[in-house]
Amino acid sequence: MKQFLLDGQPVPFEDGQSILEAARQAGHYIPSLCWHQDFPAHGSCKLCIVKAAGRHVSACATPAKEGWEVESDTPEMNGERRALLQMLFVEGNHFCPSCEKSGNCELQALGYEYEMLTSRFRHFFPDRPVDASHPDVLLDFNRCIFCELCVRASRDVDGKAVFALTGRGINKHLVVNAESGRLGDTDFSKDDLAARICPVGVILPKGRGFAVPIGERTYDGQSIREQKLKEEES
Amino acid sequence: MSTAPTSAPARKLRVATTSLAGCFGCHMSFLDIDEHLFELVELVEFDRSPLTDIKEVGPCDIGLIEGGVCNAENVHVLRAFRRQCKTLIALGACAVNGGLPAQRNHLSLSECLREVYQFRPGIENGQIPNDPELPLPLDKVRPIHEVVRIDYFLPGCPPSGPAIWKFLTDLIAGRTPRLSGGLLHYD
Repeated sequence: MKQFLLDGQPVPFEDGQSILEAARQAGHYIPSLCWHQDFPAHGSCKLCIVKAAGRHVSACATPAKEGWEVESDTPEMNGERRALLQMLFVEGNHFCPSCEKSGNCELQALGYEYEMLTSRFRHFFPDRPVDASHPDVLLDFNRCIFCELCVRASRDVDGKAVFALTGRGINKHLVVNAESGRLGDTDFSKDDLAARICPVGVILPKGRGFAVPIGERTYDGQSIREQKLKEEES
Repeated sequence: MSTAPTSAPARKLRVATTSLAGCFGCHMSFLDIDEHLFELVELVEFDRSPLTDIKEVGPCDIGLIEGGVCNAENVHVLRAFRRQCKTLIALGACAVNGGLPAQRNHLSLSECLREVYQFRPGIENGQIPNDPELPLPLDKVRPIHEVVRIDYFLPGCPPSGPAIWKFLTDLIAGRTPRLSGGLLHYD
Protein backbone atom coordinates (compact mmCIF):
# COMPACT_ATOMS: atom_id res chain seq x y z
CA MET A 1 0.00 0.00 0.00
CA LYS A 2 1.13 3.53 -0.76
CA GLN A 3 2.19 5.65 2.15
CA PHE A 4 3.45 9.09 3.16
CA LEU A 5 5.25 10.27 6.27
CA LEU A 6 3.31 12.37 8.81
CA ASP A 7 5.69 13.89 11.35
CA GLY A 8 8.00 10.96 10.58
CA GLN A 9 5.31 8.29 11.01
CA PRO A 10 4.28 6.20 7.98
CA VAL A 11 0.59 6.71 7.05
CA PRO A 12 -0.97 4.36 4.45
CA PHE A 13 -3.51 5.78 2.00
CA GLU A 14 -5.65 4.89 -0.99
CA ASP A 15 -5.58 6.88 -4.22
CA GLY A 16 -7.75 9.99 -3.95
CA GLN A 17 -7.71 10.09 -0.14
CA SER A 18 -6.80 13.43 1.37
CA ILE A 19 -3.92 13.82 3.82
CA LEU A 20 -6.49 14.52 6.57
CA GLU A 21 -8.65 11.46 5.87
CA ALA A 22 -5.68 9.10 5.69
CA ALA A 23 -4.16 10.56 8.87
CA ARG A 24 -7.39 10.29 10.89
CA GLN A 25 -7.95 6.74 9.61
CA ALA A 26 -4.47 5.79 10.80
CA GLY A 27 -5.13 7.26 14.25
CA HIS A 28 -3.31 10.58 13.85
CA TYR A 29 -4.96 13.86 14.76
CA ILE A 30 -4.98 16.83 12.40
CA PRO A 31 -7.34 19.54 13.68
CA SER A 32 -10.26 20.88 11.65
CA LEU A 33 -13.44 22.91 12.02
CA CYS A 34 -15.06 22.94 8.56
CA TRP A 35 -14.23 19.37 7.60
CA HIS A 36 -16.85 16.60 7.98
CA GLN A 37 -16.44 13.01 6.84
CA ASP A 38 -19.83 13.01 5.06
CA PHE A 39 -19.12 16.07 2.89
CA PRO A 40 -16.53 17.04 0.30
CA ALA A 41 -13.61 19.11 1.62
CA HIS A 42 -14.41 22.77 2.11
CA GLY A 43 -10.96 24.13 2.92
CA SER A 44 -12.19 27.33 4.56
CA CYS A 45 -11.08 27.15 8.20
CA LYS A 46 -7.47 26.25 7.35
CA LEU A 47 -6.97 24.70 10.80
CA CYS A 48 -5.78 21.50 9.09
CA ILE A 49 -2.84 23.41 7.61
CA VAL A 50 0.21 21.16 7.15
CA LYS A 51 3.52 21.49 5.38
CA ALA A 52 3.64 18.95 2.56
CA ALA A 53 6.72 18.77 0.35
CA GLY A 54 7.73 22.17 1.72
CA ARG A 55 4.43 23.92 0.93
CA HIS A 56 1.62 25.01 3.23
CA VAL A 57 -1.58 23.22 2.20
CA SER A 58 -4.98 22.35 3.69
CA ALA A 59 -4.75 18.67 4.64
CA CYS A 60 -8.49 18.20 3.97
CA ALA A 61 -8.25 19.39 0.37
CA THR A 62 -4.89 17.95 -0.65
CA PRO A 63 -4.75 14.36 -1.97
CA ALA A 64 -2.01 12.32 -0.29
CA LYS A 65 0.97 11.45 -2.45
CA GLU A 66 3.37 8.55 -2.23
CA GLY A 67 6.56 9.35 -0.35
CA TRP A 68 5.53 12.84 0.81
CA GLU A 69 6.96 14.14 4.05
CA VAL A 70 4.18 16.01 5.85
CA GLU A 71 4.70 18.19 8.92
CA SER A 72 1.67 18.76 11.14
CA ASP A 73 2.17 18.57 14.90
CA THR A 74 5.19 20.90 14.96
CA PRO A 75 5.72 24.20 16.79
CA GLU A 76 5.64 26.03 13.45
CA MET A 77 2.33 24.55 12.24
CA ASN A 78 0.71 24.74 15.66
CA GLY A 79 1.76 28.39 15.93
CA GLU A 80 0.04 29.10 12.62
CA ARG A 81 -3.06 27.27 13.85
CA ARG A 82 -3.08 29.45 16.97
CA ALA A 83 -2.91 32.58 14.79
CA LEU A 84 -5.81 31.28 12.67
CA LEU A 85 -7.84 30.67 15.84
CA GLN A 86 -7.04 34.18 17.06
CA MET A 87 -8.32 35.62 13.78
CA LEU A 88 -11.52 33.57 14.05
CA PHE A 89 -12.04 34.83 17.61
CA VAL A 90 -11.64 38.55 16.80
CA GLU A 91 -13.82 38.38 13.68
CA GLY A 92 -16.92 37.34 15.61
CA ASN A 93 -18.26 37.94 19.11
CA HIS A 94 -17.09 34.85 20.98
CA PHE A 95 -18.10 35.53 24.55
CA CYS A 96 -17.70 32.06 26.06
CA PRO A 97 -19.03 32.83 29.59
CA SER A 98 -22.54 33.46 28.23
CA CYS A 99 -22.57 30.82 25.49
CA GLU A 100 -24.69 27.67 25.87
CA LYS A 101 -22.21 25.80 23.66
CA SER A 102 -19.31 26.45 26.04
CA GLY A 103 -17.61 23.14 26.81
CA ASN A 104 -19.08 21.52 23.69
CA CYS A 105 -17.66 24.07 21.25
CA GLU A 106 -14.98 22.93 18.83
CA LEU A 107 -13.57 26.44 18.35
CA GLN A 108 -13.14 26.85 22.10
CA ALA A 109 -11.71 23.32 22.45
CA LEU A 110 -9.15 24.08 19.75
CA GLY A 111 -8.25 27.27 21.62
CA TYR A 112 -7.47 25.08 24.63
CA GLU A 113 -5.65 22.47 22.53
CA TYR A 114 -3.31 25.08 21.03
CA GLU A 115 -3.04 27.08 24.27
CA MET A 116 -4.51 30.27 22.89
CA LEU A 117 -4.36 32.68 25.85
CA THR A 118 -5.22 35.89 24.03
CA SER A 119 -6.99 36.81 20.82
CA ARG A 120 -3.97 39.07 20.19
CA PHE A 121 -5.46 41.11 17.32
CA ARG A 122 -7.88 44.03 17.47
CA HIS A 123 -11.44 42.82 17.98
CA PHE A 124 -13.95 43.67 15.24
CA PHE A 125 -17.00 43.58 17.58
CA PRO A 126 -19.38 43.11 14.62
CA ASP A 127 -23.11 43.79 14.99
CA ARG A 128 -24.94 40.52 14.38
CA PRO A 129 -28.50 40.40 15.81
CA VAL A 130 -29.80 36.99 16.94
CA ASP A 131 -32.82 35.25 15.40
CA ALA A 132 -35.18 33.66 17.95
CA SER A 133 -38.14 33.36 15.58
CA HIS A 134 -38.12 29.55 15.31
CA PRO A 135 -40.03 27.68 18.05
CA ASP A 136 -37.32 25.03 18.61
CA VAL A 137 -34.02 26.55 17.50
CA LEU A 138 -32.14 29.77 18.27
CA LEU A 139 -29.68 31.36 15.85
CA ASP A 140 -26.85 33.41 17.35
CA PHE A 141 -24.89 34.72 14.37
CA ASN A 142 -22.27 36.31 16.65
CA ARG A 143 -20.38 33.02 16.75
CA CYS A 144 -20.47 32.05 13.07
CA ILE A 145 -17.11 31.02 11.58
CA PHE A 146 -18.45 30.51 8.01
CA CYS A 147 -17.63 26.79 7.85
CA GLU A 148 -20.80 26.25 5.78
CA LEU A 149 -21.53 22.92 7.48
CA CYS A 150 -25.16 23.99 8.08
CA VAL A 151 -25.38 25.28 4.49
CA ARG A 152 -24.12 21.98 3.13
CA ALA A 153 -26.16 19.78 5.50
CA SER A 154 -29.40 21.64 4.80
CA ARG A 155 -28.88 21.69 1.04
CA ASP A 156 -27.32 18.27 0.42
CA VAL A 157 -28.86 16.07 3.15
CA ASP A 158 -32.02 17.76 4.45
CA GLY A 159 -32.96 18.94 0.94
CA LYS A 160 -34.12 22.35 2.20
CA ALA A 161 -31.35 24.89 1.52
CA VAL A 162 -32.30 26.92 4.60
CA PHE A 163 -28.90 28.60 5.01
CA ALA A 164 -26.48 30.46 2.75
CA LEU A 165 -23.43 32.69 3.03
CA THR A 166 -23.68 36.09 1.44
CA GLY A 167 -21.39 39.10 1.06
CA ARG A 168 -17.64 39.04 0.55
CA GLY A 169 -14.59 39.52 2.70
CA ILE A 170 -15.33 41.42 5.87
CA ASN A 171 -19.01 41.66 4.89
CA LYS A 172 -19.51 37.90 4.58
CA HIS A 173 -22.30 36.59 6.77
CA LEU A 174 -24.74 33.72 7.22
CA VAL A 175 -28.30 34.33 6.06
CA VAL A 176 -31.55 32.40 6.25
CA ASN A 177 -33.27 31.60 2.97
CA ALA A 178 -36.66 33.19 3.58
CA GLU A 179 -38.18 36.42 2.29
CA SER A 180 -38.26 37.76 5.86
CA GLY A 181 -34.76 36.39 6.55
CA ARG A 182 -36.11 34.70 9.68
CA LEU A 183 -35.67 31.03 10.55
CA GLY A 184 -39.27 30.84 11.81
CA ASP A 185 -40.48 31.46 8.25
CA THR A 186 -38.68 28.42 6.79
CA ASP A 187 -39.45 24.69 6.94
CA PHE A 188 -36.35 24.16 9.14
CA SER A 189 -36.84 21.45 11.78
CA LYS A 190 -34.95 20.63 14.95
CA ASP A 191 -34.57 17.09 13.54
CA ASP A 192 -32.62 18.30 10.48
CA LEU A 193 -28.96 17.37 10.22
CA ALA A 194 -28.29 21.11 9.89
CA ALA A 195 -29.68 21.60 13.40
CA ARG A 196 -27.00 19.33 14.88
CA ILE A 197 -23.93 20.03 12.79
CA CYS A 198 -22.74 23.49 13.94
CA PRO A 199 -19.23 23.16 15.46
CA VAL A 200 -19.70 26.43 17.39
CA GLY A 201 -22.66 28.06 19.16
CA VAL A 202 -24.71 29.49 16.26
CA ILE A 203 -27.49 26.89 15.90
CA LEU A 204 -28.75 26.05 19.38
CA PRO A 205 -31.72 23.92 20.45
CA LYS A 206 -34.13 25.87 22.65
CA GLY A 207 -35.11 24.50 26.05
CA ARG A 208 -31.82 22.71 26.70
CA GLY A 209 -29.52 25.49 27.89
CA PHE A 210 -27.33 24.31 30.71
CA ALA A 211 -29.07 20.92 31.29
CA VAL A 212 -25.54 19.46 31.18
CA PRO A 213 -23.64 21.77 33.53
CA ILE A 214 -20.40 23.54 32.69
CA GLY A 215 -17.58 21.30 33.86
CA GLU A 216 -19.27 18.07 32.68
CA ARG A 217 -19.30 18.78 28.97
CA THR A 218 -17.54 17.05 26.07
CA TYR A 219 -14.30 19.05 26.15
CA ASP A 220 -14.23 19.80 29.89
CA GLY A 221 -12.71 16.44 30.80
CA GLN A 222 -10.81 15.59 27.62
CA SER A 223 -9.09 17.43 24.82
CA ILE A 224 -10.58 17.72 21.35
CA ARG A 225 -7.63 15.64 20.14
CA GLU A 226 -8.63 12.73 22.42
CA GLN A 227 -12.33 13.11 21.57
CA LYS A 228 -11.84 13.17 17.78
CA LEU A 229 -9.50 10.17 17.81
CA LYS A 230 -12.06 8.29 19.90
CA GLU A 231 -14.81 9.16 17.38
CA GLU A 232 -12.54 7.96 14.58
CA GLU A 233 -12.07 4.57 16.27
CA SER A 234 -15.78 3.93 16.81
CA MET B 1 -1.54 21.50 42.19
CA SER B 2 1.91 23.00 42.00
CA THR B 3 3.68 24.25 45.08
CA ALA B 4 5.45 27.49 45.78
CA PRO B 5 9.20 27.70 45.30
CA THR B 6 10.88 26.34 48.44
CA SER B 7 13.45 29.07 48.91
CA ALA B 8 12.04 32.57 49.13
CA PRO B 9 13.81 35.22 47.06
CA ALA B 10 15.96 37.63 49.06
CA ARG B 11 13.70 40.56 48.27
CA LYS B 12 9.95 40.16 48.26
CA LEU B 13 8.39 40.78 44.87
CA ARG B 14 6.09 43.77 44.81
CA VAL B 15 2.63 43.09 43.35
CA ALA B 16 -0.15 45.52 42.40
CA THR B 17 -3.67 44.56 41.40
CA THR B 18 -6.67 46.50 40.15
CA SER B 19 -10.08 46.02 38.62
CA LEU B 20 -10.97 48.25 35.66
CA ALA B 21 -14.22 47.37 33.85
CA GLY B 22 -14.53 44.17 35.86
CA CYS B 23 -16.79 42.76 38.55
CA PHE B 24 -14.05 41.91 41.12
CA GLY B 25 -14.84 38.25 40.43
CA CYS B 26 -11.21 37.66 39.42
CA HIS B 27 -10.07 39.21 42.70
CA MET B 28 -12.49 36.91 44.54
CA SER B 29 -11.05 33.98 42.62
CA PHE B 30 -7.56 35.20 43.58
CA LEU B 31 -8.65 34.93 47.23
CA ASP B 32 -9.83 31.39 46.39
CA ILE B 33 -6.21 30.24 46.49
CA ASP B 34 -7.13 29.97 50.19
CA GLU B 35 -4.25 28.77 52.40
CA HIS B 36 -1.77 29.42 49.58
CA LEU B 37 -2.23 33.09 50.51
CA PHE B 38 0.04 32.38 53.50
CA GLU B 39 2.73 31.04 51.17
CA LEU B 40 2.20 33.95 48.83
CA VAL B 41 2.71 36.68 51.43
CA GLU B 42 6.09 35.08 52.24
CA LEU B 43 7.10 35.75 48.62
CA VAL B 44 5.36 39.01 47.74
CA GLU B 45 4.19 42.27 49.21
CA PHE B 46 1.26 44.25 47.88
CA ASP B 47 1.36 47.73 46.41
CA ARG B 48 -1.83 49.31 45.03
CA SER B 49 -4.63 46.75 45.38
CA PRO B 50 -8.14 46.50 46.82
CA LEU B 51 -6.40 44.43 49.51
CA THR B 52 -4.25 47.38 50.71
CA ASP B 53 -6.35 50.38 49.68
CA ILE B 54 -3.22 52.13 48.36
CA LYS B 55 -4.57 54.56 45.74
CA GLU B 56 -1.62 55.10 43.36
CA VAL B 57 0.53 52.35 41.92
CA GLY B 58 4.26 52.53 42.69
CA PRO B 59 7.20 50.65 41.14
CA CYS B 60 6.26 46.95 41.05
CA ASP B 61 7.47 43.63 39.74
CA ILE B 62 4.06 42.25 38.84
CA GLY B 63 0.80 44.00 37.95
CA LEU B 64 -2.47 42.08 37.73
CA ILE B 65 -5.23 43.80 35.76
CA GLU B 66 -8.80 42.61 36.00
CA GLY B 67 -11.40 44.01 33.60
CA GLY B 68 -11.33 45.73 30.23
CA VAL B 69 -11.10 49.43 29.45
CA CYS B 70 -14.48 51.19 29.37
CA ASN B 71 -13.73 54.79 30.42
CA ALA B 72 -11.05 57.48 30.57
CA GLU B 73 -10.06 56.63 34.15
CA ASN B 74 -9.46 52.98 33.16
CA VAL B 75 -7.03 54.19 30.48
CA HIS B 76 -5.23 56.40 33.03
CA VAL B 77 -4.91 53.59 35.62
CA LEU B 78 -3.86 51.03 33.00
CA ARG B 79 -1.12 53.31 31.65
CA ALA B 80 0.11 53.99 35.19
CA PHE B 81 0.31 50.23 35.81
CA ARG B 82 2.21 49.75 32.56
CA ARG B 83 4.70 52.46 33.53
CA GLN B 84 5.24 51.04 37.02
CA CYS B 85 5.08 47.24 36.54
CA LYS B 86 7.89 45.18 35.05
CA THR B 87 5.45 42.39 34.18
CA LEU B 88 1.85 43.22 33.39
CA ILE B 89 -0.79 40.48 33.33
CA ALA B 90 -4.33 40.45 31.91
CA LEU B 91 -6.33 38.57 34.54
CA GLY B 92 -9.62 37.09 33.38
CA ALA B 93 -11.95 37.24 30.38
CA CYS B 94 -12.75 40.98 30.51
CA ALA B 95 -9.10 42.05 30.55
CA VAL B 96 -8.27 39.48 27.84
CA ASN B 97 -11.12 40.17 25.38
CA GLY B 98 -13.47 42.80 26.84
CA GLY B 99 -15.83 40.23 28.32
CA LEU B 100 -19.30 41.14 29.53
CA PRO B 101 -18.92 44.95 29.42
CA ALA B 102 -17.89 44.66 25.74
CA GLN B 103 -21.33 43.23 24.98
CA ARG B 104 -22.44 46.86 24.63
CA ASN B 105 -20.03 47.37 21.73
CA HIS B 106 -22.58 46.77 18.98
CA LEU B 107 -24.78 49.56 20.42
CA SER B 108 -23.99 53.26 20.26
CA LEU B 109 -22.91 54.74 23.59
CA SER B 110 -25.67 57.37 23.60
CA GLU B 111 -28.25 54.63 22.92
CA CYS B 112 -26.95 52.72 25.97
CA LEU B 113 -26.94 55.75 28.26
CA ARG B 114 -30.43 56.85 27.18
CA GLU B 115 -31.80 53.34 27.66
CA VAL B 116 -30.42 53.10 31.20
CA TYR B 117 -30.93 56.64 32.53
CA GLN B 118 -33.92 57.97 30.58
CA PHE B 119 -36.14 55.26 29.13
CA ARG B 120 -35.96 52.53 31.76
CA PRO B 121 -39.43 51.68 33.14
CA GLY B 122 -40.09 53.57 36.39
CA ILE B 123 -37.78 56.50 35.61
CA GLU B 124 -39.29 59.98 35.39
CA ASN B 125 -37.37 62.98 34.06
CA GLY B 126 -34.23 60.84 33.98
CA GLN B 127 -30.97 62.55 33.04
CA ILE B 128 -27.69 61.14 31.83
CA PRO B 129 -25.15 61.81 34.64
CA ASN B 130 -22.73 64.57 33.67
CA ASP B 131 -20.87 65.39 36.91
CA PRO B 132 -17.34 66.46 35.87
CA GLU B 133 -15.91 64.04 38.47
CA LEU B 134 -17.32 61.06 36.59
CA PRO B 135 -14.87 59.52 34.10
CA LEU B 136 -16.11 59.74 30.52
CA PRO B 137 -17.12 56.39 29.01
CA LEU B 138 -15.34 55.26 25.84
CA ASP B 139 -17.39 54.58 22.71
CA LYS B 140 -16.27 50.93 22.83
CA VAL B 141 -15.04 48.67 25.63
CA ARG B 142 -11.55 47.41 24.78
CA PRO B 143 -9.43 44.49 25.95
CA ILE B 144 -6.37 45.90 27.74
CA HIS B 145 -3.87 44.64 25.12
CA GLU B 146 -5.45 47.08 22.66
CA VAL B 147 -4.30 49.97 24.89
CA VAL B 148 -0.93 48.96 26.38
CA ARG B 149 1.56 46.12 25.89
CA ILE B 150 0.67 43.08 27.99
CA ASP B 151 3.20 40.42 28.97
CA TYR B 152 0.94 37.52 29.94
CA PHE B 153 -2.70 36.55 29.61
CA LEU B 154 -4.69 34.44 32.08
CA PRO B 155 -8.18 33.80 30.63
CA GLY B 156 -11.28 32.55 32.43
CA CYS B 157 -14.48 34.01 33.86
CA PRO B 158 -12.99 33.97 36.38
CA PRO B 159 -9.74 32.00 36.14
CA SER B 160 -9.95 29.38 38.90
CA GLY B 161 -7.98 29.70 42.14
CA PRO B 162 -5.75 26.76 41.11
CA ALA B 163 -5.13 28.41 37.70
CA ILE B 164 -4.12 31.70 39.35
CA TRP B 165 -1.87 29.86 41.83
CA LYS B 166 -0.19 27.81 39.08
CA PHE B 167 0.34 30.97 37.05
CA LEU B 168 1.80 33.00 39.93
CA THR B 169 4.06 30.22 41.20
CA ASP B 170 5.43 29.69 37.68
CA LEU B 171 6.06 33.41 37.34
CA ILE B 172 7.63 33.89 40.78
CA ALA B 173 9.87 30.86 40.25
CA GLY B 174 11.11 32.31 36.95
CA ARG B 175 9.34 29.81 34.70
CA THR B 176 7.21 30.79 31.71
CA PRO B 177 3.68 30.49 33.12
CA ARG B 178 1.73 27.66 31.54
CA LEU B 179 -1.87 26.61 32.17
CA SER B 180 -1.79 22.87 31.64
CA GLY B 181 -3.93 20.00 32.85
CA GLY B 182 -7.38 21.52 32.34
CA LEU B 183 -6.56 24.87 33.99
CA LEU B 184 -7.14 26.79 30.76
CA HIS B 185 -10.79 27.86 30.39
CA TYR B 186 -12.52 30.74 28.64
CA ASP B 187 -15.76 30.39 30.63
